[in-house]
Amino acid sequence: MSGFFKSSIGRKVAMALSAFFLMFFLIMHLSVNLLSLFSEDAFNTASHFMGTNPLVQFALQPVLIIGVVFHFVMGFILELKNKKAQGVAYAKNNGAANSTWMSRNMIYSGIAILAFIILHFIDFWIPELNTKYVVGDMSGMYNGEMRYFHELVEKFHSPLRVGAYVIAFVFLGLHLAHGFTSAFQSMGSTAGRKKALQNFGKAYSIIIPLGFIIIALYHHLFNNH
Amino acid sequence: MNLTLKIWRQKDSNAKGQMVDYKVTEISEHMSFLEMMDVLNEQLVNSGEEPVAFDHDCREGICGMCSMYINGEAHGPDRGVTTCQLHMRMFKDGDTITIEPFRAAAFPVIKDLIVDRNSFERIQQAGGYISVNTSGNTQDANSLPISKHAADEAMDAATCIGCGACVATCKNSSAMLFVGAKVSQYALLPQGQVEAADRVKNMVAQMDLEGFGNCTNTGACEVECPKGISLDNIARMNRELMKASI
Repeated sequence: MSGFFKSSIGRKVAMALSAFFLMFFLIMHLSVNLLSLFSEDAFNTASHFMGTNPLVQFALQPVLIIGVVFHFVMGFILELKNKKAQGVAYAKNNGAANSTWMSRNMIYSGIAILAFIILHFIDFWIPELNTKYVVGDMSGMYNGEMRYFHELVEKFHSPLRVGAYVIAFVFLGLHLAHGFTSAFQSMGSTAGRKKALQNFGKAYSIIIPLGFIIIALYHHLFNNH
Repeated sequence: MNLTLKIWRQKDSNAKGQMVDYKVTEISEHMSFLEMMDVLNEQLVNSGEEPVAFDHDCREGICGMCSMYINGEAHGPDRGVTTCQLHMRMFKDGDTITIEPFRAAAFPVIKDLIVDRNSFERIQQAGGYISVNTSGNTQDANSLPISKHAADEAMDAATCIGCGACVATCKNSSAMLFVGAKVSQYALLPQGQVEAADRVKNMVAQMDLEGFGNCTNTGACEVECPKGISLDNIARMNRELMKASI
């Protein structure tokens, strides 16, 4: 089996498996964030649970980080291998005649997403780890109130951050527009070639990023107190 | 039609090639692209220049020899055809046409527009066959029941002529459509089952060894394939390899 994952097809399967995991994570993440549009309390409760539950923190979170790192590292390895396989570049190449922009530029949409994730780590994840595990404050409280919702609203004050956020999620949408059905094909399923799943993939690649964008814009425009 | 041609010229596999401009005049729109190239070569020979080397054989779209990357597409802008079946009516009078060899590290240029596609042969030799007794005791093929659907799909896969347009088109120079078709044509039939696991493992290993890239499912190969080989064959190859590896 180890030989399988060293083969070109095995690597594609590994990319697809990590992609499925990340696509599932996006649904989870969006679900929690969406609560912030409807109920401050619900968002605080969900965030506190995700941020302090040992199973989430010490089992799911490491798996997520491994998944993210693996998907990027393998993506870069495959891109380098593919560049090497190309040899001399064409003087004229009409890629648009036979494939979508999204499918030909996964590495660039991927790099844009990576840039966002690095910013997101610096902006959110590292301060969060600091509060919980360095300072040791697991209460989720600040000035006698649950801190999560206020922190979220605070983050979306900055138009610069909201702008970067919107751009990053547009790239995520472009990445998913190809990635969703591509993952099925890599797993050896022809389901991704059927109209039903293609439409579902299109909807997924629009709804997920749009959800995150709406949350950012909503808090920036209507919760900017 | 009067045309300007920008053609890749390369003396041999070690030489550094370059694009060279040529003019051809009075080209009939009914000519095939290769006939247009013949006109150019006659012109070059008459003026004492070296003719442009290009691959061709049957000129009926079934041998897979003619290649050429024309205006940024394998076998040119028409669909479901090889270069010998591409007609000049696809172009307009006064057009400039860029003609390059199929590009891939695993398809090194031999001369001008001719590339070495022996890497495909080596992949075939690694497992693209079935071992049967042909000493006169061969079983009647009709004695094995095969569903119409499987037979049709196997036949569709077997129409691959190994021209290499899939590799030339792929931004990753991946050979997975070719190998997928060759694996599928046997995987779908009872005769192919005995060696199925070794076949897919050995052919994929040889494909990787030859330095072809990794498929990213852009689907460009399927669009440019002169025989319309479906991406379903790549999915089937992936399944076959998973099955063989577990």
